[in-house]
Amino acid sequence: MAATTAAEAAPGRRPAGRRGRLAPYLLVLPGWLWLAVFFVAPIASVVSMSLMTGSLTAGFTFTFETANYTRALGLYWEQILRSLAYGGLATLLCIALGYPVAYWIAFHGGAYKSTYLLLVLLPFFVSFVLRTVSWGFILADNGIVLGTLKDLGVLPGDAGVLNSAPAVVFGLAYNFLPFMVLPIYAVLERMDHRVVEAAHDLYAGRLQAFARVVLPMSLPGVFAGVIMTFIPTSADYVNATILGGTHNTMVGKVIETQYLVNNAYPLAAAITVVLMAVLLAGIFAYARALGTEQVMEVQAG
Amino acid sequence: MTATEGTRGGAGAEAERGAGPGAEAVAGAAPRRVRRRPDWGKYLTWAVLAWLFAPILFMVAFSFNDAQGRHNVTWQGFTLRWYGDAFAYPDLNAALANTLSIAVLTMVVSGVLGTLLGVALGRYRFRGRAATDLVMFSAISAPEVVLGAALLSMFLTMNVATGYLTVLLAHVMFSVSFVAITVRARVLTMDASIEEAARDLGAGPVTTFRLVTLPLLLPAVTAGGLIAFALSVDDFIITSFVSGSTQTFPLWIWGATRVGIPPQVNVMGTLIFAVGVLLAAGNVLLARRRAR
Amino acid sequence: MTPRPHPARAALARGLTRRRVSRRTALGLTGLSAAGLALSACGVQGQGGNQPAAEDFWAGKESNGRLDFANWPLYMDPGKPELAAFTEETGIRVDYDEAIQDNPTFFGKIQPMLAQGEPIGYDLIVLTNGIELTKLIELGYLAPLDHDRLPNFAENAGRIYKHTAYDSGNRHTVPYASGITGIAYNPDYVDREITAIADLWDPAFEGKVGMMADPQELANFGLLRIGVAPADSTEEDWAAAADALEEQRDLGLVRRYYSQDYIQPLSSGDIWMSMAWSGDIFQQNAEQGTNLRFVVPEEGGTLWSDNMMIPYTAPNPVDAIMLMDFLYDAEVAADLTEYITYIPPVPRARDILARRAEEAEGEERELLEQVVGSPLVFPSEADYDKLHNYVSVTTENEESFSPLFLAVSQS
Repeated sequence: MAATTAAEAAPGRRPAGRRGRLAPYLLVLPGWLWLAVFFVAPIASVVSMSLMTGSLTAGFTFTFETANYTRALGLYWEQILRSLAYGGLATLLCIALGYPVAYWIAFHGGAYKSTYLLLVLLPFFVSFVLRTVSWGFILADNGIVLGTLKDLGVLPGDAGVLNSAPAVVFGLAYNFLPFMVLPIYAVLERMDHRVVEAAHDLYAGRLQAFARVVLPMSLPGVFAGVIMTFIPTSADYVNATILGGTHNTMVGKVIETQYLVNNAYPLAAAITVVLMAVLLAGIFAYARALGTEQVMEVQAG
Repeated sequence: MTATEGTRGGAGAEAERGAGPGAEAVAGAAPRRVRRRPDWGKYLTWAVLAWLFAPILFMVAFSFNDAQGRHNVTWQGFTLRWYGDAFAYPDLNAALANTLSIAVLTMVVSGVLGTLLGVALGRYRFRGRAATDLVMFSAISAPEVVLGAALLSMFLTMNVATGYLTVLLAHVMFSVSFVAITVRARVLTMDASIEEAARDLGAGPVTTFRLVTLPLLLPAVTAGGLIAFALSVDDFIITSFVSGSTQTFPLWIWGATRVGIPPQVNVMGTLIFAVGVLLAAGNVLLARRRAR
Repeated sequence: MTPRPHPARAALARGLTRRRVSRRTALGLTGLSAAGLALSACGVQGQGGNQPAAEDFWAGKESNGRLDFANWPLYMDPGKPELAAFTEETGIRVDYDEAIQDNPTFFGKIQPMLAQGEPIGYDLIVLTNGIELTKLIELGYLAPLDHDRLPNFAENAGRIYKHTAYDSGNRHTVPYASGITGIAYNPDYVDREITAIADLWDPAFEGKVGMMADPQELANFGLLRIGVAPADSTEEDWAAAADALEEQRDLGLVRRYYSQDYIQPLSSGDIWMSMAWSGDIFQQNAEQGTNLRFVVPEEGGTLWSDNMMIPYTAPNPVDAIMLMDFLYDAEVAADLTEYITYIPPVPRARDILARRAEEAEGEERELLEQVVGSPLVFPSEADYDKLHNYVSVTTENEESFSPLFLAVSQS
């Protein structure tokens, strides 16, 4: 990156000039309209649809039908809870693997920092579906990995990984790991290394220095990482469909089937709203539990 | 709820790097102690990288597999014939063409809208700023299946047939915030005095924007545009809700899993990956040269 | 020591973050959403069918010299010789698209366009008998067929293909190819002969059984398992069948519920036996040299048909119905069968293929003899006796049918 002058490095907003009063509104307008029409309105629309009744032949009418919600919860509470559990486990796995990686790249990557970061990102050039399907082939019972281990006698002949909960969590963690590494890296990388040095001097122990200084300061990155991984993993269904078996269905698949296959729109919309509400409540509770407004202050990488 | 932001891509970090509070400290990297014990962090990083690349190696290797029949999963010998025959499936070609054209259009449209948003958010205080932020944050963090379901609900209620256009609308929707954030980060670190100087020299607002502001913003705009491109190319879940009978590359692969994925998919995947690697390598080299 | 934010960092944070959303903003957003809600509270239009008579539909329609044909993958020789012959004979150009991967998804894609009265981009499509086809018929989305334009069909179609339960009198559809849903197993792993659906419930095969995810296919096997003919089943039978299937799943027998992707795991031993479609197994054995076995179970299997139909919004219906009839030419039907190896609706195709086998030599002759002799392509009378029709699911009883079996496969 180009060398930064002191003036550039000092951020801050310039006061809007008198003539610029209208400018921000004109600038924001097109993007804002787009988001209003294709994000806010659809969300309102799914809520409204979740309160309709009817059938594909007769049409659907808005009747404030709350029974859709009782049905959604009654039929699919298991899939909803399972999705949160899988998402949570995958997120933990991502922290366990992603934090050390981000830490090592940020503090010990030296001149190759950006190269390492790039390597973490490169897999994104291959379609997410294609990568997941590849895992399905790699992990087959007699595939490259298990087949070889079986031939070597390390594993019993009937061992299998695919079509199980661990396979799904593994796939989720695999696909979303970079979303954990990036924000943590962004925070660690920006951290003033003198502070870390000072901590080393004060606490002497590496572990203590880490636990008391680096870790707390990097929490905003972890927080952003958790949001960036937990939400998409718990709503994903590609991994569960390709790598899962029986009793592994996630709620996203149910929503997809009810919309695109069964055309049971109101029920599908109700499940969607429940999922949205649960995740929103989760984020909110999470932000509250961490107790500070600062956790939200991360500008993930 | 407080709004925050984050991006799924890395270019934001790149664009913001210069703003780091300890920029000078980073530049004069902290002296490292000489360690003799095994560098576990390094091993772990490499192990994770190996993990990340494993399915890609599989994909690349099997683009050279002399597969017979419908299933390309057991090694049957080396061949280059799939590269010569990469476009054997007209539907796959059409799907890839759709994916690429949608991605380019998404990049352009969300690039323009996102840049305007980013400039406004980075430079001005105005009513509705917080709301805009909140909407952008929600659009970024909302799960894909919810976005897809919501869009489809609206298209159904509005009686809009889904297809190429609805896919494009959706893709712009979810990428515009990423561009905005990347651009805003750049705006915040820009030196206002340069623009003031231009104005003092008699340049009008439009001229200033064109000759001064835009060139300064360009790295962030391109970075944001590339994120938009990448997100669009890879999107599966939202697209499958709003695609109608339009096929895209990921949708085609998903459908093909039922009957066997032909080696041509591996070939195309490999070629796209290769282009990505080249772009990335070029970017690194360019950054090196600029830094010098 | 409590780490305090670095001063520069704090400034940065201030610069990059924004204050909490004010109450007013929140109210504004709520208002906006409410507006959206009001806007969309109007509901989704019904799509009840209005069915024109065949004469009215075809009146004034003429050939446009081209058509778009959507079919399933690998359902015609990649060189498309049949289409080339059609173009040569009629001058009509055919754009062929392998756009259909499964019935529900394809239905989901075309339904909104048909609801709009818009063309779906295809003049001829192929769907299996089942709920989606029933919906298309009930919603009035299919062109009524003019049988005066289908002389080859009248002459060559097999008897059972002219009397289907799902579209009596072929008012909207004619079969493209048929197949059997039965059991396939891999003798490399299963050391005894598999003969019955009951074998899919044998605890010895824990975690090695594949079932189909499609609610109707799954339901058929559940019903046959409890001894009920699918076509005559009642709602109570459905519940009992679903219970039997859930028992099988919860005993840990089922590894996964598959779409059509059971073939690879079955060949490589991830599963040892599976519900399967006859043509898939024939193709896999022929192409990959596998030794998979296919059986029509003692309790019975099901006979399904993939059917050609014309959406009522098709811009080129005349060209489409011409191609439909062309594919019922016995020679053309034989060509098709040679590649796709499913059951042709034209029984005479067998004699033609047998004649070709006599004329051919070497490998080609061997392959043709294999096709002619295969009970998977030309089932015996005894096999036909064991084959059942599907549960007749309509838009009325679907509400009680699909959820039952989706709950089995999407656990």
